[in-house]
Amino acid sequence: MQPIDPKEVQRYLDDHRERDLYIHLEMTTGAYAAHLDQSRHPAATFLTNAVIRYSRGSISGKTPYRIGLKTAQGWVYSEGLTHWDEARRGDLILAGHDAAGKLVVSLQLSPNPF
Amino acid sequence: MDKRILVVLPHPDDEAFGVSGTLAMAIEEGTQVTYACLTLGEMGRNMGIPPFANRVTLPQIRRIELEESCRAIGIQDLRMLGFHDKMVEFEDPAVVQAAVTALVEELRPELVITFYPGFSVHPDHDATGAAVIGAIARMPAGKRPTVHAMAFSSNCRQVLGPPDIVRDVTAYLPQKMASIQAHRSQFQAAELLGSKELSEEELIGRYGTERFWTYRFEDEHE
Repeated sequence: MQPIDPKEVQRYLDDHRERDLYIHLEMTTGAYAAHLDQSRHPAATFLTNAVIRYSRGSISGKTPYRIGLKTAQGWVYSEGLTHWDEARRGDLILAGHDAAGKLVVSLQLSPNPF
Repeated sequence: MDKRILVVLPHPDDEAFGVSGTLAMAIEEGTQVTYACLTLGEMGRNMGIPPFANRVTLPQIRRIELEESCRAIGIQDLRMLGFHDKMVEFEDPAVVQAAVTALVEELRPELVITFYPGFSVHPDHDATGAAVIGAIARMPAGKRPTVHAMAFSSNCRQVLGPPDIVRDVTAYLPQKMASIQAHRSQFQAAELLGSKELSEEELIGRYGTERFWTYRFEDEHE
């Protein structure tokens, strides 16, 4: 992956407005968070291959970046994004990696299921 | 050692730290080893430093790393069972158990190695161990393979007592380190070895011993 290029990400978001897209959205502390440090609260959540359609999508801030997608009835939001890839067939792969290089958050969009 | 071993673990790299030395030793003694790996570690958080994998490419990269790890150990038969990382505990337990039963019936192993359910920290580890124990518990007591279980929860020794199998695998550290290092997306050198190369003595201290609890089924008595 590469450090996020906000202009390229914004171009992708603009190009994919008002289209059905598959989304993968995830945030995680890792399964070992509390095993390694009892003061930590382990939490993780992911949603994969749900279909969304947004009317407006923006990337905001400086790294780590934020993304907001405005849908017909609500929003998709993600914060802490540092890296991106346009891996295949027009996927947008965004992730936030912590100082140790571990994935903390990810947001992916694609016309095709992941 | 046993002539045929079946290893059932959920993630590529689960074999590396806990059991690779034992397997390398058994294989050198002529044992056939089948490793059934339930998932491709799709949800791993490590993508390499700098990240060379992403959520989409990670499973294929980890499949290749798993195959390399198996070659390093000498494992003759690798089965990838196609479950999804982090989701093993949410599958129908009968489906996971049936997958294990099919392997046990096909291979007739003398020994099965897995995680000790309830004492293995990651929900996939516990669910995998539970499926193995469930599958083998259904067999008649006299026909069951021995089960050696790995455990590493903070309370495992307090509840289970000390492991009854403590195996010196120092002579197989080359295979074990090659297995660990095959999983390069998951284990960066800094995390694995600290900032400097470990001395021979430190390597033996950290990786030279493998520990297992022989699982006792409820209807079996000593």
